[in-house]
Amino acid sequence: MIKRALLMATAMSTAGLMGANAAQAEELTLCWAAWDPANALVELSKDFEAQSGHTMNFEFVPWPNFADRMLNELNSGGKLCDLLIGDSQWIGGGAENGHYVKLNDFFEAEGISMDDFAPATVYAYSTWPKGTPNYYALPAMGDANGWFYRKDWFENEDIRAAYMEETGQELREPETQMELMQIAKFFQEREIDGQTRYGVSIFTERGSEGITMGATGALYTWGFEYETEPGTYQMEGAVNSPEAVEALEFYKELYECCTPPGYTDSYMEQSLDAFKSGQVAMAMNWFAFFPGLYADPDVGGDKIDFFVNPPQNVPASTLGGQGISVVSYSDKQDAALEYIKWFAQPDVQAKWWELGGYSAHNSVLTDPGFEDSAPFAGDFLLAMENVKDFWQEPAYAELLLAMQKRLHDYVVADQGTAQEALDKLIEDWTEVFEDEGKL
Amino acid sequence: MTDTAMDKLAQRTPPRVARKVRGLSDRAIAWLFVGPTIFLLLAINIFPLIWTIYLSFTNYRANRLNREVEWVGLRNYERILTDSDIWLNMQATAHFLFWTLFFQVLIGFALAYLINKKFRGNDLWTTIIVLPMMLSPAVVGNFWTFLYQPQIGLFNYIVAFFIGADPSSFEMIGSVTLAPWAIVIVDTWMWTPFIMLICLAGLRSIPEYIYEAAEIDRASKWRQFWTLTVPMVLPFLMLAVLFRGIENFKMFDLVVQLTGGGPGSITELASINLKREAFEKWRTGYSSAYAVILFVTVFGLASIYVKALNKVKER
Repeated sequence: MIKRALLMATAMSTAGLMGANAAQAEELTLCWAAWDPANALVELSKDFEAQSGHTMNFEFVPWPNFADRMLNELNSGGKLCDLLIGDSQWIGGGAENGHYVKLNDFFEAEGISMDDFAPATVYAYSTWPKGTPNYYALPAMGDANGWFYRKDWFENEDIRAAYMEETGQELREPETQMELMQIAKFFQEREIDGQTRYGVSIFTERGSEGITMGATGALYTWGFEYETEPGTYQMEGAVNSPEAVEALEFYKELYECCTPPGYTDSYMEQSLDAFKSGQVAMAMNWFAFFPGLYADPDVGGDKIDFFVNPPQNVPASTLGGQGISVVSYSDKQDAALEYIKWFAQPDVQAKWWELGGYSAHNSVLTDPGFEDSAPFAGDFLLAMENVKDFWQEPAYAELLLAMQKRLHDYVVADQGTAQEALDKLIEDWTEVFEDEGKL
Repeated sequence: MTDTAMDKLAQRTPPRVARKVRGLSDRAIAWLFVGPTIFLLLAINIFPLIWTIYLSFTNYRANRLNREVEWVGLRNYERILTDSDIWLNMQATAHFLFWTLFFQVLIGFALAYLINKKFRGNDLWTTIIVLPMMLSPAVVGNFWTFLYQPQIGLFNYIVAFFIGADPSSFEMIGSVTLAPWAIVIVDTWMWTPFIMLICLAGLRSIPEYIYEAAEIDRASKWRQFWTLTVPMVLPFLMLAVLFRGIENFKMFDLVVQLTGGGPGSITELASINLKREAFEKWRTGYSSAYAVILFVTVFGLASIYVKALNKVKER
């Protein structure tokens, strides 16, 4: 009898819960870029659908159009996205223009602590103004710019001997930026297996953010800073410091000496193509692509290895990655917050990493087995220790496009000097900050 | 019909019928027909133009709706006109405009002249020549990007074959010197047929008896060409140049697909730069001023040109 009553009660409560879920079941749309990690998120989100009763739809836009498409959507108060994994630079505009829901109260009510996430990712993906405890996103996808290389070529005895003869050094993963260029020069136009190979594939793209993300990889390691003191917007002597000039000259030389012909406008996709087609010995790209590269049947597995952006004066990497935000124009904010709550759970974060997403949760990153869980996991941890991001100001687009122009004019179009490029960049940025009332 | 006949017709028309149809006066009927057109014209053309002019004096940004809009007077205009980078964009536009028109007129007219001669299969040749014009500029841009690729592009192989160089030793769209010419080549390839078609229409409109009279007067072929053919085709040619000129002044898609404005800003035409300012940087007020300047430039140049065209037609 008791057993029957218990069964009855269980059935009733289950029915009640299902009823409750059915009443609140929503169709949520999550917007992000169309790339490998997005597929992993679709897979991961199936668990959320099963648990919550909500249905997940996805709007993935290719990277070249991602910013245009999504920022237009936000600026027009569109209701397409309930959840948005927006680029880190958008956080200032997202907060100040009221596009993102402020998450402090929600985090507090649900016991979600930002201390559970890697500090660099919280700072970069979640906070506005920078460094204040005002959260507009949950760190969703940690990422940084890193490097990968043809391990099979580096281990080839003939090639190693040739390198030793040419440089007097062992061929190995580069430990400085200068060493990276030395190796790139060695491979440039070298014949391997009957084909002409090249040194490196680096970012040179003009239209969106490519060359900035690539060149800052060098600039940061020479000690480039955006301001003399954070928050002052005083750029003279920081942006155009002698170290910054040297770093930019280095990047231009790397482009000129060691890239394959025709890579004058290359970003993520072109870098992957150059590597996968066996043209280059080394390439830069975001860690997000590394699981896919490792799984590549032609150049992955034993043929590939990874390294963190080599330091020069200081260790540093260009930050990528994104936080997940609730869009303030969404009519389904409660359900969207449920997703955030679910996503923040340690076991979900562990599965996220397993599927190919880069978790920023400490429980994943500090796990003793993390470093050995993938050939690039250790490098990822190293990179995230010293990441630097571009301006995250609401006017970031103007700041970014100015840098794109100045860098491309100098590096690819060979106009003027590095000093002039950085001086002009300060002029451009000063005008923007004056218009913003910050100078 | 003479005035007298018109007067008679007017007298025969009953005045009430002329003024009222189903209770509507002539004036009301006229407004009924013309009104929607005027409304659409105002809504689609005039209002945006006035609004753009107004915005050009403000610091408005379409992506910052909660920011106060300030009246900045002529600051946007001053910034644009004193910005050396914008003058470089204008220079790139002028270069593109001049050389595309030069080559298209030259080749287009020559092709029309040849096609106009009666020969076997000239209709087939006409069809083949006009094919590029029928493609989408975005497709053409993409297609030529591959042709220009230094490692796999056919263009480099053909050029290298003739000059005896290594195909991967030069880049068309990655080189500061060659990129402007790369876009001139593609635009010429695509739009020369347009000039050719208009010239062909002009050539075919010249009556045969004029040439017969010239033959009787023992005028040489060369003289017939300069004194008959060219002057009679000139109005057609000038019209074609006007169309292509306006079109190329606002050229966007083809160049974006080919070079994206690069390398650096070498092929960044004014229209590409305007798009960056308006929809990437979101400087709406500033880009409105920019648009007004471009509009005045095109309108001014086109007006002068149309006057010249009318003079040629009157001759």
